[in-house]
Parts: sequence; structure tokens; C-alpha cells
Amino acid sequence: MTTSKRGFMESAWDFFCSLKLSISLLIGLAATSIIGTVIPQSPPREYLESISAAKIKLYSALGFFDMYHSWWFILLLYLLTINLVACSVKRLPRIWKFISEPTLIFDDGLEKTLSLTHQFKMEGDAATLKEKMAAFLKGEFAEPVVTEVDGEYHLFAQKAPYSRLGVYVVHLSIIVIFIGALIGSFFGYKAYVQIAEGTSTSLVYKQGEERPFDLGFAVRCEKFSVSFYDTGSPKEFKSILTVLENGQPVSGYENIPIVVNSPLTYKGITFYQSSYGPAGDGAVYYFTAQNSKGGAPVQVAARKEERIPLPGGAFMRVLESTQDVRPFMPMFSGPAVRIEYLPASGEPQLVVLLRDYPDFDRQRGGELIFTYAGADEKFYTGLQVAKDPGVWVVWAGCSLMVLGIFIAFFLSHKRLWFRIANGRVTVGGTASKNQPAFQLFFDGLTEKLKKM
Amino acid sequence: MTSSMLFNVTTLTYMVSMLLFFAFLASRNRTVGLAASSAAYFGFIVQTVAIALRWKESYDIGHGHAPLSNLYESVVFFSWTIILIYGLIEFKYKYRVIGAFVVPFALLGMAWAQLGLSSGIEPLVPALQSNWLLYHVITCFLGYAAFAVACGISIMYLVKEKQEGATGDAQAGGIIAQFPSIKVLDDLNYKAIMIGFPLLTIGIITGAAWANYAWGTYWSWDPKETWSLIVWFIYAAFLHARITRGWVGRRAAILSIVGFAATIFCYLGVNLFLSGLHSYGK
Repeated sequence: MTTSKRGFMESAWDFFCSLKLSISLLIGLAATSIIGTVIPQSPPREYLESISAAKIKLYSALGFFDMYHSWWFILLLYLLTINLVACSVKRLPRIWKFISEPTLIFDDGLEKTLSLTHQFKMEGDAATLKEKMAAFLKGEFAEPVVTEVDGEYHLFAQKAPYSRLGVYVVHLSIIVIFIGALIGSFFGYKAYVQIAEGTSTSLVYKQGEERPFDLGFAVRCEKFSVSFYDTGSPKEFKSILTVLENGQPVSGYENIPIVVNSPLTYKGITFYQSSYGPAGDGAVYYFTAQNSKGGAPVQVAARKEERIPLPGGAFMRVLESTQDVRPFMPMFSGPAVRIEYLPASGEPQLVVLLRDYPDFDRQRGGELIFTYAGADEKFYTGLQVAKDPGVWVVWAGCSLMVLGIFIAFFLSHKRLWFRIANGRVTVGGTASKNQPAFQLFFDGLTEKLKKM
Repeated sequence: MTSSMLFNVTTLTYMVSMLLFFAFLASRNRTVGLAASSAAYFGFIVQTVAIALRWKESYDIGHGHAPLSNLYESVVFFSWTIILIYGLIEFKYKYRVIGAFVVPFALLGMAWAQLGLSSGIEPLVPALQSNWLLYHVITCFLGYAAFAVACGISIMYLVKEKQEGATGDAQAGGIIAQFPSIKVLDDLNYKAIMIGFPLLTIGIITGAAWANYAWGTYWSWDPKETWSLIVWFIYAAFLHARITRGWVGRRAAILSIVGFAATIFCYLGVNLFLSGLHSYGK
């Protein structure tokens, strides 16, 4: 290897090991991440029509429409990964040596580097003092390692040395999370399916793919329902699902209710309540119309906006319907419709009918009295379908990260040295974190020693 | 007695506390300082009762959920957590004066909530009907609050540093002499962020776990998620900057303020200016 090449390798290594690179990458990731929160990702047509062609060209060239998967953003993530691996590889052996081969000899050089030291005169010969101090350390702090050098005794004790590894646990956890994410992106998928009530399907549509994907089993939507609070805001979206293998229901997977926040998982594939809508041609509404002067009621079935003839030359048309009338008429509840009633002679009227109040329309005092028997309304349920075998790796990484952060932030590597020589005991100590708290501990320790 | 009355008392008490803190800065009178932080703690107790009462009221009217479900409730909770974290730091490190730069954040939150936001107890929309709501919101807001405290301390740092620089004298007189030394402020800033960072991390993780449970994807680069990650990146940079020469002190203080600005955008800006999965926070 020539010197210049070696120089290049070394400077590349130094570059990837540097903390400046870490800080730049973190701030760079923070700054560039903003772009994707301002520019819509996978934007809808309306957005694209609202900006100029030049902008579209620029944004697509820079990958701004799918920014978090653009080559340069991924590159930043890879650089961060290399950076934290390199930093760890460079520093870990030193830290490991520091933990596994602690400084046992409390010499003058070490003493000068410690801010907390104390010296006592003590009665007794060195060997007795050594025993006494070792027992003291064991009781008050941790069991010491005793080393004898030229008739002097050196005692070393430490607590939580592994707290120094916390930061590397965090670095490792980030890599574990990335691995989990990669497993998910290679072996998992996200898809979407709409299933009308009473029907089943085994085909789902993966994100960004036109052709359906066969799950290998089918899911039937037995029923979909939506309920509302008094205020009219939605309370629950619920689908009742059954899993079918070869057309037969799978035991244990029959009539499973799923709601938002409570999905169904079968064979590693999870179904999430996501949306809903009217299925097929829409609902059929059922009414009766009876002449106020008596006579047999007439049954009427109507679809929305359909003009339906009534006895005596009148017509009616369903304008709108609701599952729950409370937001509009707080005194009442239950399903309701609004219809347009066109009498044979006279002005068209708007009539509100409530299913749960069959006598409601009598108060109108019209020639025809309507009752609303309810609707045969079919919904489809929209399900998010996801398979992600990497998700447990991600959770393992997350747990590791929390563990690592707690070790790194809240555990302190505390070390104490005692030197026994010439009837004197010299004490020194240091902690990797929270020096003031350690100083209190150290002062308490020396107080106790003075009293011995 | 209703929770709403108690929230008004809380707001007034924080106002009194803030004024006393300013008087403390001006007078350097220890009794005034004690009164200032006592007022803050009294307000905190009243607010705690009020939050518990609101929780009960939500059960009384049949909704039955923790008061963490809309913007009003979250702002109230945010100001509660700010005083909590301030209390922890004051208790542990005995620097009362930082209250002068922290209580105003809590007051601002309460005043905005009481005067500008609709305080009705609404039923929980389906997306929020989960125990994850509690874990996610509590950890996130404790994290945000720690960053708010760090930001207050960083502002003190910059003010103090500027004056020391101007007079060239560490023993500068006047109001600012009350401040802890810049070395202490720098350290407190770091300590506050050491509280906030793990909490934000857990907040993001519980959010991801919840998203995975409710929607089948733990990360979808939704603006709220992305901004929480931006905040995380900024404070991660801060933590690494601590062990790099030349990044302690002034730059660390600026980074902490930028971090809190990003936090506030993550909390409010995303809901007000961007669209996404957290729209119920409006």
C-alpha cells in the first residue's frame, strides 16, 4: 500500500468515525425530512394540476413526491448507519478494555486526574488495614480487587461498569430497527380490499400495483355497521368477518367483529377496519302510504332519486337518508329519510319520515300519510390488509433502544480506589455521570472512614 | 364545583406565579422566590384536581375517557407537564429562578386553552378508542414539557452569556445576576433534555405500536410522525454535540431552542398547517 493510498483510507475511516459527521447527518436528516411534510407524498391529481409543469419536473427529478424513498434520503440513512457502525467499531474495543481491564493500581498519576481524593492517617499495620478497608468497601460500595505492589496495597472497586456500553446498545438498536424495516419491505406488503356485505373475496390490491394479489384464502364480510354518538360524530365502525378456506369457514375465525383499534389476524396477515361505503346500486327504501280518510295502505319500494307513482296520481322521490337523525333533529333518534312528495294537484312538499316514529307523519295533516319502514342498505367494508414479518424485529429494536437509552442516561460507572501505604489511606473516586451526586456519596464515605 | 372553574383558578395562579417570579428577579428577595414557586405548585395541585374532575365529568355525561382527546385537553395537559418537569428539576437541582422562564410557557398554554379553545367534553372518535392513547399522549407530552423547560433554560443561558460578554465580568449585577452561572445553565439544559429524550423516544415508539395495531403500519411518514422524528434527530444531534468540542454552551443552547421550536411545530403546526393522520387534534 502506498502512503497516499493509506492516507486516503485513513482519512476516509476518520471521516466515517467522526462525530461531526454524525451531527451533520442528524441535522441534515431533520432538515430534509421537512420537505416531505410540506409537499404531498404520492400527490393526488388535483395537487399536480395546481402547480406548474416546471415544478412537477423539478420535484420528480429530486424525488420529492416520494421523498422518504428517494435515493438521496436513503443514502443519508445508509451514511448514518455506516457512521454509527464505524464510530462503534472504533470506540468499542477501547471501552471494552476499559471495562475488562480496569486500572487497579492507584498511583500518583491516576491520583492527579481525579477531582475527588482524600487522605487519612490510620493506626495499624498495612495488612490489617487492607482487610479492614476491603471489608468496608464491600459493605459500602462493591467488592474490591486487591493488588500488592512493593508492600503497598491498592484496592479497586467499581459499580455498573457496563453502563458505558449503553450508547452502543442504542446504536445497535437503530441497526436492528433498520433490519426489521428491510425484512418488512422485502417479505411483507400493504394492501387494500373492499368487500360488500354478504360477499367474500381472496383478492386484495397491493399498494402501487394494478393487478390483484391472491391471499390463498378468502374473507367474507357478514355485516358492516356504523353507529353514532348523540352529537352525530361516529362512535364505531364495525365489520363482522369470517375467514374461508376452500369456501368453508375456518373454525375460530367465524363472525369475528373487527373495529378500528381491534384488527383480525389470520396466517400472519392482518385485516384493519379502514373505510366503508354504499355497495352496489345503493339502498332500497321501504314505505307505506295510506290515505288519511282510510283504506288499505300501499307498499312502496324506492331507490334514491327514483320517481315513484302513488295512488291518485301523486309521486314521491327519496332525496336523502341518514342512519341517525339526532344531529339534525335532536329530539328524535333512529334512521330517517327526506322525501319529495308531489301531490296530484298543488305544490311539491318536503316530508321528513322517521322509522322509529310511525305516527310522525300524521301531524302533517296531509292527504297521504307516509310511514318509513327502513332501508335495505348494503355497505362495503374497506379493509387495510398488511403482512409484515419484520415487525417483531422492529419491536425488539425499539425495546433495545429504550433499554440502551436508560443505561446510557441514568446509570453511572462509579469507581473507587484505596491506597494503603506508610500508615496512610488514600481514597480516590470518579463517576461517569452525575458527578455532584457522586461527590455527596464520596463525602459521606470519607466521613465514615474518619470515624473508624 | 366544575373542572372549568378550577382551570380558571389554575390560570390565575400561574399568572400570579409568573409575576412573583419577575418580582423575584428584580428584588432578589428569597421570600418572593419562595412565594413564586409555591404559587406554581399550588396551581399545579389545583390543575391536577381539575384534570381528575374533568375525567370524572366525562364519565358522568356518559363518554368516559381520559381528558387527552382534543386540542383543549392536550394544551391543558401540556401546561400541567411543564410545571411537573419544572418541579422535578427545581426539587433536584435547587435552581428556583428557572421558573421565571418556564412558568410563562405553562401560563401561555392555560390562557390559550381557556380563552381560545373550545372546552366541551366530546366523545371519543373510533381511532382514539384505545389504551394506547394514554401511554402515547402521556409520554409525548412529558417529553415536550422537558424540552420546554430546556428551552427556558437555554434562553436564560443566552441572556446571561450576552451580558457576561458585554461587561466582561462574570459577576454582572442586576436582574441577571440572579441567574445560575452559564456553566450550570448549560448543564441544566443537558439534564432537562436527558429527561425529555427518553420520553420522546418512548412516545414515538408507543405511537408506532399503536399505529401498527390500528392501521397495520408502524411508520407511514405521516407529517406528525415525520415531525416527531425531526425533533428526535435534533435532540440526538444535541446529545452528540455535547461530547464534541466547540458545541457546548452557546451552540447547545441554540440547538435546544431550535429543538423546542420544532417540538411546538410537531405539536401544533402539523395540525394547523398540514394534513394527516392526527387531524382529530384540531
